[in-house]
Amino acid sequence: MSVVDRQEWDVVVVGAGGAGLRAAIEARERGARTAVICKSLFGKAHTVMAEGGIAAAMGNVNSGDDWQVHFRDTMRGGKFLNQWRMAELHAQEAPQRVWELETWGALFDRTKDGRISQRNFGGHEYPRLAHVGDRTGLELIRTLQQKIVSLQQEDFRETGDYESRLKVFQECTVTRVLKDGEQVSGVFGYERESGRFFVLEAPAVVIATGGIGKSFKVTSNSWEYTGDGHALALLAGAPLLNMEFVQFHPTGMVWPPSVKGILVTESVRGDGGVLRNSEGERFMFDYVPDVFKDKYAESEEEGDRWYDDPDHNRRPPELLPRDEVARAINAEVKAGRGSPHGGVFLDVSTRMPAEVIKRRLPSMYHQFKELADVDITAEAMEVGPTCHYVMGGIAVDSDSAAARGVPGLFAAGEVAGGMHGSNRLGGNSLSDLLVFGRRAGLHAAEYASAEGAGRPRVDDVQVDAAAAEALRPFSAEGGEPADGPPENPYTLHQELQQTMNDLVGIIRREHEMERALQKLAELRVRARRAGVEGHRQFNPGWHLALDLRNMLLVSECVARAALERTESRGGHTREDHAGMDRSWRNVNLLCALTDPTGGLAGTDAVRGQIALTRERTEPIRPDLLALFEKEELVKYLAEEELYE
Amino acid sequence: MSSYEARFKVWRGDVRGGGLEDFAVEVNDGEVVLDIIHRLQATQTPDLAVRWNCKAGKCGSCSAEINGRPRLLCMTRMSVFGRDETITVTPLRAFPVIRDLVTDVGFNYAKARQVPSFVAPEGVGPGEYRMMQEDVDRSQEFRKCIECFLCQDTCHVVRDHEENKPAFAGPRFLMRVAELDMHPLDAAEETGLDRKGTAQDEHGLGYCNITKCCTEVCPEGIRITDNALIPLKERAVDRKYDPLVWLGSKIRRR
Amino acid sequence: MRTGTRAAIAAPHLRTDRWWLAPAATAAGLLAFVVYSTWRAFANADYYAAPYVSPFYSPCLAENCEPMKAGPNWELFGSWWGISPAIIILIFPLGFRLTCYYYRKAYYRGFWASPPACAVAEPHARYTGETRFPLILQNIHRYFFYAAILVAGILTYDTVLAFRDENYQWGHMGLGTLVFLLNIVLIWAYTISCHSCRHIVGGKLKHFSRHPVRYRMWQWVGRLNARHMQLAWASLVSVALADFYVYLIASGAFDDPRLF
Repeated sequence: MSVVDRQEWDVVVVGAGGAGLRAAIEARERGARTAVICKSLFGKAHTVMAEGGIAAAMGNVNSGDDWQVHFRDTMRGGKFLNQWRMAELHAQEAPQRVWELETWGALFDRTKDGRISQRNFGGHEYPRLAHVGDRTGLELIRTLQQKIVSLQQEDFRETGDYESRLKVFQECTVTRVLKDGEQVSGVFGYERESGRFFVLEAPAVVIATGGIGKSFKVTSNSWEYTGDGHALALLAGAPLLNMEFVQFHPTGMVWPPSVKGILVTESVRGDGGVLRNSEGERFMFDYVPDVFKDKYAESEEEGDRWYDDPDHNRRPPELLPRDEVARAINAEVKAGRGSPHGGVFLDVSTRMPAEVIKRRLPSMYHQFKELADVDITAEAMEVGPTCHYVMGGIAVDSDSAAARGVPGLFAAGEVAGGMHGSNRLGGNSLSDLLVFGRRAGLHAAEYASAEGAGRPRVDDVQVDAAAAEALRPFSAEGGEPADGPPENPYTLHQELQQTMNDLVGIIRREHEMERALQKLAELRVRARRAGVEGHRQFNPGWHLALDLRNMLLVSECVARAALERTESRGGHTREDHAGMDRSWRNVNLLCALTDPTGGLAGTDAVRGQIALTRERTEPIRPDLLALFEKEELVKYLAEEELYE
Repeated sequence: MSSYEARFKVWRGDVRGGGLEDFAVEVNDGEVVLDIIHRLQATQTPDLAVRWNCKAGKCGSCSAEINGRPRLLCMTRMSVFGRDETITVTPLRAFPVIRDLVTDVGFNYAKARQVPSFVAPEGVGPGEYRMMQEDVDRSQEFRKCIECFLCQDTCHVVRDHEENKPAFAGPRFLMRVAELDMHPLDAAEETGLDRKGTAQDEHGLGYCNITKCCTEVCPEGIRITDNALIPLKERAVDRKYDPLVWLGSKIRRR
Repeated sequence: MRTGTRAAIAAPHLRTDRWWLAPAATAAGLLAFVVYSTWRAFANADYYAAPYVSPFYSPCLAENCEPMKAGPNWELFGSWWGISPAIIILIFPLGFRLTCYYYRKAYYRGFWASPPACAVAEPHARYTGETRFPLILQNIHRYFFYAAILVAGILTYDTVLAFRDENYQWGHMGLGTLVFLLNIVLIWAYTISCHSCRHIVGGKLKHFSRHPVRYRMWQWVGRLNARHMQLAWASLVSVALADFYVYLIASGAFDDPRLF
């Protein structure tokens, strides 16, 4: 049996982005001793990449805004597949969560009368995004980080130890959620720095690990986004919801190759940037879908007037939800009207004076100047779709953020599914993190304290199995020679990314996804032989070999669910099933492990690890349905839903 | 433009020792130094340790020293170097090394904890905060900080004098003191906390000799010295070297 | 704080650029000025050629000054002052520049090698910065700033007097007048762009929105302040130039070309 460092905590939060930190703050404030585990350094989480803002119906800029309007926009954006109760809670609580940040020291951009300024964004009817230039995510993460430090200072004054009630384990990776019978009993992980294993025993675990973008080749996501939380939940027996919905952000950089995929914030369009093809045409006017026809401008003149007079004009179609814009760009490039490096042109230089661009979009200016040698105040940017966000995720209870089927497991943020339906609106993710991060922390703390004296026990056998699984890549070389030579994890990762990008990307076809599933099965077999050199101390090859398990699991979920859903909706576009099908509106697809008892070693590598089930969604509450016009609902809802 | 083979020297080792190792590696159009390090990992040295995250200059993880200058690996384009130049990549020098290019930056997190946090004003609830843009501009500039700790690394106060570490918070955290002191609603003073005085007494502002290396390395272009450190020094002067204020505080104490 | 060992790199630095150029140039420039100004300050000669008075000797506060009609010679110091009267007054601009935030950087780097350049190891075993005597005195910069305002005021007066001719008749302008004008503009720009000034006019405020006029002034000073280094050098050269111009005329080496 391996000797592993063990500690006891009340709540363990996996992930230190916006949702994880907000959960940790809440759990600690509710009296739970809370540990946070993150793969990077504290304060470096992917949330810093969020640029545009936090959507919250505070009505500071346009007093017509309120939570009902925000709720409507969110449901429309998600094509009515959203877990409506989440969308409701989200719209109601977001303003409180933003204001709270101010009391912790956040400094948002201001309106003339000293309130929080709000900006326009795709899919939002009113200016709604609280922002700080184009570095809102950084402000969010720093504020939460500093709030945690202030709680630690409080604890230091009382106990003489900064980390007595709230501790951040940075640069650590969790590889397994441990269970005592049905319930959660803790987590198993390793320190990246030393390679040492550790176990944190806790009755409640909050998963807040973010997304899965690193399974795709062109992505705006960082290396951390390997779907760890999704896989941890699956392996712990919790199902994943609607994994086919992957958002491709319409505007990522396309050149130079080494930065391909890096995000170009939507604020560029919100602040007046326009999309043109190689013929100089503002092509978005040709791509307004029927459901949005009466909400968007029909001429360039009307669209341009909207920036100054939003009450009497309709918004330009550049501000359609992200899925629509991404598809439009994809279609333009395919039709041969793309830019030299395979994107389209996004231009602000002819729309705003250079000074204004530098003030409102400082990091975009910086990013293009430094990385592509392009001066966005003088020339157009080249942009194209990039894998950005996964709407699918761990199936959770709307109010408590508790994962289904595993008592003690909670999930918040991108890793949780349901909130955004089939497509997320820009700005809704940061508010999602805060609203459901807080809820997850709150309910995890309550669960942990109600749980009382009988803390779940950590099973030594599980710990040993987890340790053996984590050490596999070191023994791969000498292990089973009959299987063939050890595989390079970097090569496997590249092949996986290429497969997902080409075969389960922005436009999907049945035969391609079938090919993807075959390729995934092959990669799964080879991944078992992934071998690494060197020792356990800060060894990136080893880390990647372990992350591959997660990416392969999640990729299979995406591919299987995408193959199953024979319609196009939001972040899921089927070339062979082009339209939105109302009969799919109330269908959720749930992914679970085919072999929930065993470890992966026991799974047949070829047959696949994921089983899909269909589930009817809960009918939308009548008072919420009443917020919409009947004519609009007809476009989305099935007949029987309308008359219930 | 085409690809070419560049010569690299990368420091490899750990606390027990180490040295520069030579590599020849392919470089393509538009790449940054971090791309080359990744190529080394994928093709030659799978266990080469490097810390990175966003690869877009926003998270501040991939700090290292390139040709002796503290920089972000992801924001240093290969095109700034000549093709025949040997590029030397070493870990941050002011901090203990863990392995290869990864250093232990715990010093910075310890210092962060020593700066008292924002103090919310009494009687102003969430949603009631009113601040004018011109009043938040200064602190907002400092909040652009991505905590890459390049300023902490380059500052000779601790880079060249390990013994000064306990007494000196470093540019990043002196700037944090300035940020809070300039925050229009920070109520520290009402609770008896004098940020201006403590900057000198507890965070070692006096060690700074304003030689501006922190400003030079800042990847966010924050004017740390001119806008944070010097104003903070002036604020400390208000407290401690202004004879009238000094006299006043003496009298009041009696 | 975890203790540990830094990466074993023996070289004091790995910079490949000409990092020594900037500190060397700074040191050379400052040294040249020090040598020149020491010579001129102690010379006690050739500092007045009506209507021009060298900025090194203005105001002239001892009895042994050359008489300057309506000029800035006020005999505050009696006849006991035997050496050059420049010494009395130069202490103020010298103190202002010595404690100036830019010059501090320049001479700490150039003369003290503390540090010689960024990421280049400094040669000292210990470092306490400005925490103790004497360098803690750098904190009195703002008082020198107040004095510098007075001195700049007097130099402005001198510049006005430069519109007289050698017979003290108004309505003259020579090349020297232009030199003086240039110098006084640069002196003011340097003085106003001072960091202490920036603090005093507005930087010390917590709420700009409640003091719109001072906020304006702070922004204006801030714009100048961003060029403090350039102004420091430009005004250093111009003040030496003005002095040298007076020297050339006073010593008879050159005649002031008259413009009108």
